[in-house]
Amino acid sequence: MPILQPIGRTFLIFLAAAGRLTLFAANGLSYAELDAEFGVLIGRQMIDIGYYSLPVVGLTAIFTGMVLALQSYTGFARFAAESAIPNVVVVSITRELGPVLAGLMVAGRVGAAMAAEIGTMRVTEQIDALDTLATNPFKYLVAPRLIAGITTLPILVFVADIIGVFGGYLVSIYKLGFNPTIYLKNTIDFVEFEDVFSGLVKAAVFGFLITLMGCYHGYNSKGGAQGVGAATTNAVVSASILILCFNYFITELFFAR
Amino acid sequence: MSEPGAKSGNGSANTATPKIQIRGVCKSFGPKVVLDGLDLDVAVGESVVVIGGSGTGKSVLLKCILGLLTPDSGSIKIDGEEVVGLRGQDRDRVLRKFGMLFQNAALFDSLPVWENVAFGLMQGEGMARDEAKKIAIEKLASVGLTPEVGELSPAELSGGMRKRVGLARAIATTPEIIFFDEPTTGLDPIMSDVINDLIVKCVHELGASTLSITHDMASARKIAHRIAMLYQGKIIWAGPVADIDKSDNPFVDQFIHGKAEGPIQMQVRAG
Repeated sequence: MPILQPIGRTFLIFLAAAGRLTLFAANGLSYAELDAEFGVLIGRQMIDIGYYSLPVVGLTAIFTGMVLALQSYTGFARFAAESAIPNVVVVSITRELGPVLAGLMVAGRVGAAMAAEIGTMRVTEQIDALDTLATNPFKYLVAPRLIAGITTLPILVFVADIIGVFGGYLVSIYKLGFNPTIYLKNTIDFVEFEDVFSGLVKAAVFGFLITLMGCYHGYNSKGGAQGVGAATTNAVVSASILILCFNYFITELFFAR
Repeated sequence: MSEPGAKSGNGSANTATPKIQIRGVCKSFGPKVVLDGLDLDVAVGESVVVIGGSGTGKSVLLKCILGLLTPDSGSIKIDGEEVVGLRGQDRDRVLRKFGMLFQNAALFDSLPVWENVAFGLMQGEGMARDEAKKIAIEKLASVGLTPEVGELSPAELSGGMRKRVGLARAIATTPEIIFFDEPTTGLDPIMSDVINDLIVKCVHELGASTLSITHDMASARKIAHRIAMLYQGKIIWAGPVADIDKSDNPFVDQFIHGKAEGPIQMQVRAG
């Protein structure tokens, strides 16, 4: 059956890749430790992933909040439902747009940089050098990045949530003429713990996926500059697709009842 | 061709356990056989240089000993202890005996020079930063570099300086065994000689056993006690450095005189 062969082959390749990734992640996480030295490594990565992503994530969030308020207004005005704008903005931002857009931006910024850095270390024998200096590359390179990704993204997304809601507030007040007190009261009354929490859980998962893809593709890159380029592309593309894919399943886990 | 491995594993008449003992190591990548039953010994305090053309598997040999690659079969013993298949803490313990100078130095470009040199002390042995820095500066001095160089980033160094820093890093943990992967490749003849002198000096001071791979005969003659030639995955000749010119082996003769004509046909494709 020549028609079925490619399907089977693709499926097997998919399974093999999933297995390799799982082993890679498990191996990386197994080297996480609770000592000061490891804390320094994680701290460095947290600053890289979190602090330096703040401008790009903040800008994404504020414009998304602004456009959300504007678009909702043009739509809702037809049904005289403008008063729902604060609710729409806060729920959309905290549940979906905050984590997904922050995740995609960080995948582009951090995932690519990680794949390029680790990939270059691989092709210039720096990873072999780590090994010969009795330092496990998983412990020194992979584990701190994974842990930093899991812990930093929720913080980053929480900040993005606030900035995004603020963007909606700005447009609603200064352009659409809403009353600031009522807008804020509506926002705070309407948002629930679960909205924010589900977004932060998504953020943690996305942080894990972004750093895992960056480390995995970088670690396994080969063949000089071209290989590093391919690793970078693969890291960003695969992280972005996985983010959108896992976003659906986590949403289903929280809200499909 | 002489009998494979016929002359390897000798040259050191003592009966003590060799520092490194390699027996029947095979390694293939797909259909390409790179190492084909390789035997080699390095005695305690001895400096062995493996020569051979590009793509003959010299680097693969070093990587197999370090456990960066796993041989398909064969045995590699360090101080009589089998190291093939060692993992985790056992492997780390064995790796602490090693220092290695990589072909392009493989310095960590995210760290300043002194942290590169001190890396094995801080990460591998858990030494305090201040103490490790002091040792790093001593080691930099022993390869002829000033403490100011220690504050530079590896990207600011020339090729010769990178090699020196790589050498300082390789000797920083006072290893018992040092590997040199093409120590003079890419350097001018004078800088090559400087590096060769430094290698001889450092190895002598440490009393370490060394295994080097190179295709630079000037370098091989300078740093070797014993030379072994790798061809088609086997050691086809091994003997004291003084005997290399009268080996009566056409392969060795072609190689050391650098002739295109001879029994060795150069591979065009890289492995």
